[in-house]
Parts: sequence; structure tokens; C-alpha cells
Amino acid sequence: MCQCCAQEAMADPKKEKLDEVLAKYKGQKGAMIPVLQEAQEIYGYLPEEVMVEIGKSLEIPVSKVYGVATFYAQFHLKPRGRNIVRVCLGTACHVRGGAKILEKIEEALKIKDGETTEDLKFTIESVACIGACGLAPVIMVNDNTHGRLTPDVVSKILAQYQ
Amino acid sequence: MKKRVLICAGTGCVSSGSMKVTDSLISRVKEKGLEDSLQVVATGCHGFCEQGPIVIVEPEDIFYCRVQEKDLDEIVEKTLIGGEVVDRLLFEDPIRKEKAKTFHEVDFYSKQQRLVLRNCGHINPENIDEYLNKDGYAALGKVLGGMDREAVIEEVKKSGLRGRGGAGFPTGLKWEFTYKAESEKKYVVCNADEGDPGAFMDRSVLEGDPHAVIEGMLICGYAIGADEGYVYVRAEYPLAIKRLKVAIQQAEERGYLGQNILGSGFNFKLKIKAGAGAFVCGEETALLTSIEGNRGMPRVRPPFPAVKGLWGKPTNINNVETFANVPVIFRNGAEWYAGIGTEKSKGTKVFAVTGKVNNTGLAEVPMGITLRKIIFDIAGGIKGGKEFKAVQIGGPSGGCLPAELLDLPVDYDSLTQAGAMMGSGGLVVMDSSTCMVDLARFFLNFTQKESCGKCTPCREGTKRMLEILIRITEGKGKEEDIEILKRLGTNVKKTALCGLGQTAPNPILSTLRYFEHEYLVHIRDKKCPAGVCKELIRYRINQDLCNGCTVCAKNCPAGAISGSLKQPHTIEQDKCTRCGVCITKCKRGAVYLA
Repeated sequence: MCQCCAQEAMADPKKEKLDEVLAKYKGQKGAMIPVLQEAQEIYGYLPEEVMVEIGKSLEIPVSKVYGVATFYAQFHLKPRGRNIVRVCLGTACHVRGGAKILEKIEEALKIKDGETTEDLKFTIESVACIGACGLAPVIMVNDNTHGRLTPDVVSKILAQYQ
Repeated sequence: MKKRVLICAGTGCVSSGSMKVTDSLISRVKEKGLEDSLQVVATGCHGFCEQGPIVIVEPEDIFYCRVQEKDLDEIVEKTLIGGEVVDRLLFEDPIRKEKAKTFHEVDFYSKQQRLVLRNCGHINPENIDEYLNKDGYAALGKVLGGMDREAVIEEVKKSGLRGRGGAGFPTGLKWEFTYKAESEKKYVVCNADEGDPGAFMDRSVLEGDPHAVIEGMLICGYAIGADEGYVYVRAEYPLAIKRLKVAIQQAEERGYLGQNILGSGFNFKLKIKAGAGAFVCGEETALLTSIEGNRGMPRVRPPFPAVKGLWGKPTNINNVETFANVPVIFRNGAEWYAGIGTEKSKGTKVFAVTGKVNNTGLAEVPMGITLRKIIFDIAGGIKGGKEFKAVQIGGPSGGCLPAELLDLPVDYDSLTQAGAMMGSGGLVVMDSSTCMVDLARFFLNFTQKESCGKCTPCREGTKRMLEILIRITEGKGKEEDIEILKRLGTNVKKTALCGLGQTAPNPILSTLRYFEHEYLVHIRDKKCPAGVCKELIRYRINQDLCNGCTVCAKNCPAGAISGSLKQPHTIEQDKCTRCGVCITKCKRGAVYLA
């Protein structure tokens, strides 16, 4: 490797963190999912070159890494918004009008379920249940749960995260 | 006695602002110099999330609900200093309209029998001493202090405990199989991948009483001869993972986990695995495949995990609630435990009662109690005085039961006979505004998305059934669709590889069994009686009631409402998207569904 590339690699703090994670799990059984989780934590999603790197380090074919990454709903292969809006469409929320909340959020952010706004501020994700059924309908923005929603309070909640 | 103020810090109450209330109360207590006589404790979930944030003042057990920061001055002055009750913060019974002063007077709690949830909401889950004060780890002490492994298994068998995760397999028998499997290495796995939409008892136990689960796993580990365990928690439960981490660390520090536990020579280490979002991983073999770092697809059984489980070693898997029952059995004795419940279903079961009821939350009741008692006595009946229509029990694997079955005793076998399933214990109550065809479509949409695709019956079968249901809800159903659904459903049940596929048709088959007429109305009359299926409903304006206030027209996102000021308005059906905004905005009730 030429000097300049080596320096560039050194200067990438995300890559450094990834290397730490890979070193921590080296040789451990069943490390793939935690490694992917921590890698996604660092990058916000799973870029192709990161999956290649993980495969090399864990001595697992990249095809298998890709297989696992695409099996689980938690992993994302495209960049996502700074704020993740998880709209619960579980049974309790469904019965209490969760679909109308989703519609309202889609309308407010002008994107559809599963999409990210162009400014990378918001991603909408519908989820099956976040276990806060007593407060249905609910949404979760990042780690904060907002419950007992009605369509008209939606924009107020989103505004907190602008 | 020192006063204690318990504030719920479970997911539900946190989202209603309980952290702010806690911090603010702590600083007020300091300001007033009350620290010596008063302790503020953040607890786990009380299971009455809808009324959160919940605050309990001990020793009087005063029960305040929906407490906000602005209420704190009054609570401090009146209750904590003055010893009086703040009337307006008390819970009002939705039916009797009486205020309950203590939580013992709240029907929601007093009509329950809380064994698994006994500590939830009453101790600080992040402090092991509080668990120890409630006889925590006493069961472990009893087991390690002289019981041999066969005796432990015998005790669990005698208790009659059955798996609380769904199928209801006898726990003692499962332990015995793993015990008898010969291997130097064995594992204990706790299934905390609570994926059933509408169920949250496992989350509450992990958040509110994590040590009870650890203690249950330790007893299991000793009995079957395992020295290592995993708790597989779904990623959607960050708070449960955090509490469990703290609990494991504290248990290690006190010597309840690690080497030579309580001087008995028994070693056990416990690790957490965070799931990555796949419903099928709640199936035991898929869960093991996922822990191993693969796509979480189920394996063919036999061999069962008891023989060949995690990394090919004998493995015992139980769910959170099952493990949390274990310390209760050993503390009180198997006979005592077997005295609760019915002949074949022993002990209690925690139900997550949600949907159109007055009191949503967690209800722990003895097995064999009727649905009516749970829904009307504990959950306070149907919201808004509407009529009960059906209850969906057991999540996507379960079924819908009609009003005629309200007196059905809730136990494993009665439910299976009625075409439903205990499942994880989700109880979603529905009134006349829920469409049963739409509900079946909702569940199939879920199982079809979550089907892992490994076996054909589930992969193809759920897809085809969903297509038919969508067709019916769009008014394009055919008469023969009902027969096709029945045949397809029965075949998928018989031939799918794992529990997901084998139970996926239940929501369809049970709604067909009890609500076939509703399907027929959709197919023949092209109508949705509940007014849910968009393609089959029309919003109209009653010309006599409309006073032309224009609110509906201003709010209609499709611009489908026309009419001049103070003149009755009309809806243009071609433009209408059936979003229902007009009906919610009209103050005169002039908009109606036809």
C-alpha cells in the first residue's frame, strides 16, 4: 500500500472503530450478528465495503454476510435518516388506528414507509410491535416512545426532531 | 417506617414522561430536606401502562395515575408532608365511577393473582438488594443447598408448569430430556424474542424483575447440567436489554453467577444476545440458528434441541415467563403451585389485554378463569360502552373468539379446542368497529412478511391466502374463495415446517368458523359491516343535519367535498379517498358511513 492510502485509512475514525469491533469478536462463536449490529451503529447502515471487511475478518464468505444482513429487519444496506420514526402497526395499534398515524406521518414528511427524506433527517419504518400496546397507537422516534396518538399531534412530535 | 415513592420506569410510563417526574421529584425532595425520611424509587412496569406515569406512595399504597411534573408540588405538600391524598390524581373506576385510594382497591389489580409479576412495579430492578429483600435467590439457595438434580426436575414436573411461550409443552419433561441427553457441554436458552404483536408481558418481566428470570435459568442450568446460558432478547426492547445487563453484572458481583455459586461447586455464566428483527426467531430452532450467527431459519425436528441444540449440544429453551415461574415453584413448593389453575393447566398466566377495553394492561390470572372475567372484571369492559364483538387471543398464531365463548375457561386445551391458542397471551379485544376479514388480512399480511421462505407450504400458502383475503376486502371476492381458504389453511397447518407456518392459518380459520357471515357480506353484498374496508365503504353527508359550516370541506385532503357556506355539503365519491377525516371533524355528526 502506498503511503497516502495508508494515511487515509488511518485517518478514518469509523474504520478505526470497526477494526476495534472486529478485534473484540475475533475467533468468537456466533459473532456475526453482534458485529453487524455494532458496525451499523458506527456507520448508520451497512456499506458494501464494510460487509466485505467483516467477511474477511470473521473468515466468512461475503455472500453469507450479505445473506444474514438481508434476512433481519434491523439491518440496512442504504444510508438512513438521522431520526428513525418507527410506526407501530401491531394488533393493538391496528385496532386503534395505527394505519392513520402512518398515513399522517407519510404526508408530513412527504416520503413513504421505508423511505428516507432527501436531507437525511428522517426515515420511516413500520414495525410489527414495540410492546407498548397499552398506549396504542404508538410510534417510536429513535429511542423515545410516543403513545396515545391521534393524527393531529403527529406533526408536533416530528417538529421536536427537526 | 421510611416512606417510599415508587415511580414506574417501564417503557410505557417512560414514554408518558415518568423520567422527568422522577428527576423532578428527587430534586424537590432534596430541596425540602426530606431525603432522610423518604426514598424515591424507579421501578419496573406495573402493567397498567395506559394510566402512566404511575406513582405509588408506600406504606399507605396510595395509587396516583397519569402524574405529570405540574402535579408534584401538590403531591409533596399534601401527601408526602401532610399525609393527605390528592383526590384528582386517584384512579377512577370506569364502571363504578368511584375513586380508588390505594392500588388494592383498583379492580384491575385486586382481581388478579400476581405471582410472576409480584415484584414488577414494587422493586427497583436495577438494585439486587431489593430483589433479595423479597426472598430473591432463596429458591436457588434451596436447590443448591442439597437437592439433587433429579429431585429438582421431579419438583418442576410435579408443579405441572407448562411452557408459557405458546405450545404449552410440560416444562419438567423438557428439562428431563435435556438432563438425560449425554454431553459434556449443555446450554440453557431463554427465549425473550417476544414478537407477537399485542403481547408485552416478557418485556415487563425483564424490565421489572430481571433477577427472577436469571434465578429460573440458574435452577434449570443446575438441573440439566449446563454451565452456560443465553438470553435472546429482541432488539426492539432496548430498556429490557439494559436492565438485564445491570442484573447480570450485579448477580456476578454477589456470586449468584460465575464460578462455584453459593459454594456449591456449580458454575454458570450468562450472556445476552440481541435479536435483529425477525419474528420467526421466536421459534426455538430458528432462535438457535440466529444465536449461531446465521439467517434465523428453523430446522427440522427431531432432533429436538434437547438432544441437538445450540452448536449441536443439548439445549433447554424456555421463555421468559416460564423461567420467572420457576423460583415461585421452589419457594412455595410444587404442591402449592399445582393447587392453582385447572387439572391440566397449572399456575397463572399473564395476559396482555389491549384493544377496545377501558383498562389496557397486564393481567395475571389463575389458569381456567373465564374470558369474561378478564375482559369485564379486570379490564373494565368495552370502551365507550360499545358492544363486545370478539377477542383475538394468542397473536398471529391464535384465533378470534366470539361473544358466545366469553365463558370459555382460559387454559391451553380449551383454547386449542376452540380454534385459538394460548400463544404468548396477547388478548386484543374488539368491538363492532373491527372488521373480521380485515383482521384476518392484517395477520396474514404479518405472517406472510415474516415467513422465512424455507418451506413451501408457508412461503407459498401464506402468500396465496393473503391474496384471496385482499381480494375479498376489495370487494372482488368470489363465493368459492371461502372453500379455498379453508382447504389451503388446513393444508398449511398440516404441512408447514415450524410453528409459524403451522399456526399462520389460525386467524383465518377461526374467523371463518365464527364469523363466516361477515365474509359472505363482503363477497355477496360488497359491503363491510364494520366500515373498515376502504373499497367497500362510502362516506355521505346527511343533508338534514349538515349546517354548512365548511369544516369538512376545508379538511378534506382530496378536495372531494363541495357546497357553499351555510348550505348542506356533499361528497363526490369519485374523488373521495375514504380517509375518514370528515367524519372525525364534523361536530354535528352529519357525516355517516354507508
